[in-house]
Amino acid sequence: MKKSYTAPYIERNSAGNLNKYAHTTVVRHQDSIDNVLIKDLISEFGSPLFVFSEKQIRRTYRRLQDTIRIHYPLADITWSYKTNYLSAICNIFHQEGAPAEVVSGMEYELAKHNGIPGDRIYFNGPSKRKSDLSRAISEGAKIHIDHLEEMYLIEQLADELDIKPQVAIRLNMDTGISPLWTRFGFNYENGEAYRAVQRMVSGGKMILAGLHTHIGTFILDPNAYYWAASKLLAFAQTIKDSFDIVVDYIDLGGGFASQNTLIDQYTPGELASPSFEQYAEAIGNAFNASLFVKEHHPRLILETGRVLIDEAGYLIASVLGKKNLPTGERAVILDAGVNVNITAWWYKQRVVPTRPFPGSYQNTVFYGPLCMNIDVIRSAMPFPDLYYGDTVLISPVGAYNVTQWMQFIEYRPNVCLISELGKVEIIREKEDMSDMIAREYIPEHLRQV
Amino acid sequence: MLTDQLMTLAVNKNGFIFDPESGISYTVNDTGLFILKHLQKGVDKEDMPKLLHEEYEISLNSASSDVEHFWAMLKALRLVED
Repeated sequence: MKKSYTAPYIERNSAGNLNKYAHTTVVRHQDSIDNVLIKDLISEFGSPLFVFSEKQIRRTYRRLQDTIRIHYPLADITWSYKTNYLSAICNIFHQEGAPAEVVSGMEYELAKHNGIPGDRIYFNGPSKRKSDLSRAISEGAKIHIDHLEEMYLIEQLADELDIKPQVAIRLNMDTGISPLWTRFGFNYENGEAYRAVQRMVSGGKMILAGLHTHIGTFILDPNAYYWAASKLLAFAQTIKDSFDIVVDYIDLGGGFASQNTLIDQYTPGELASPSFEQYAEAIGNAFNASLFVKEHHPRLILETGRVLIDEAGYLIASVLGKKNLPTGERAVILDAGVNVNITAWWYKQRVVPTRPFPGSYQNTVFYGPLCMNIDVIRSAMPFPDLYYGDTVLISPVGAYNVTQWMQFIEYRPNVCLISELGKVEIIREKEDMSDMIAREYIPEHLRQV
Repeated sequence: MLTDQLMTLAVNKNGFIFDPESGISYTVNDTGLFILKHLQKGVDKEDMPKLLHEEYEISLNSASSDVEHFWAMLKALRLVED
């Protein structure tokens, strides 16, 4: 009988750099997700395949909510639609009690389609159209005002509909981090936000229900939330003192970092990203020190989607081929690339084999199926030798991929959910030609070729 | 073409390779060791895929591609020349 084979490999020995994180260099395999074998998933649903774990989603939501409520009990975690549009995923969060946070008319429509009443929808975003606002106001949604034109439009609609809409003012501010996100809402430091409230109050056509900020994304410094909360609460007090208006809620937006590792980040995400406890403590410290909170007990709203869903999403991809690059690295071509896994451009995602491999590792680059040099899932990482048909598991991919994926060169694949009881169901079917051409019209003279 | 370095390497049966001239050491895996030992015995690179195919569970085509890649590694380490 012939011996089992791994590709020949030679490596120069060196003392190596000390690794203060004690990270193992052994590539561990993962052959199942929630006790469902990956080979069974692939044989039933094909490759590539997105897999979501309901158990993990519910567990993460409850853990974040519990942790925040330990520090400030009047807290609600909304579900940020743009992070993942799949209705099955949205409904898991809604079943857990999450209101919807949407940023466009399209997302608003989706939340309504999922059965969320208007008064459980927080409407953010910089591009609300008149028709979107009209519907949202009629249905009692909370509208977060981004700019003055929007405020004027809401005033006009308030007259037309004879409704006093519930609104929040969006603020941008310096929270000690870089880059400063100044494009959303009105600036706190230069008094623009105060003038916006002044203008709103003088119009007398809406109810100021809340204050909102969205300080950035993938925020690795929890103290930024302390400053954001402190400034919003100080502003709430100013509004109380100046206009005798008590806001009902303080919305700190999203931006909590998941366990992913940014492309340029040295420290691995699981060590660099703050824990729920650290974020909660920073926010809780600001709330519990505030006089406004002691007197008026505002609700705390969070819209942090990535941290709730990223780790619960996996992508299984198969090896279509491999080649040797002139750099001495091995290249592996997978059937899933940045067309479906766009966050590979931002993160060093975890890529692991789905079965144990004997032998040594070689620096391997993982490419997707696109005819583009930028279709890279992971640049060189030590990996065992893979062959045609082998599968790899890529994670975390739960956030922002099934919303930003492209219908480019390849069809979008099946997405399935493993329920808490271990049942596997498709929650979005893979596309075919009918999806490509459904919205197209061909002029008469172009029908013959 | 083989260099003198390759012929003078001390090759351990567990895959530990020592270059007595430079003091540099290397680690090879089982198939790498198989190829190195045959090269040192004077077997041509061109014959290596067939030998691998006979000894291991691997197609001739895949073995040829892997031998080429291994050769590129040896060249990069200056253990062989073109």
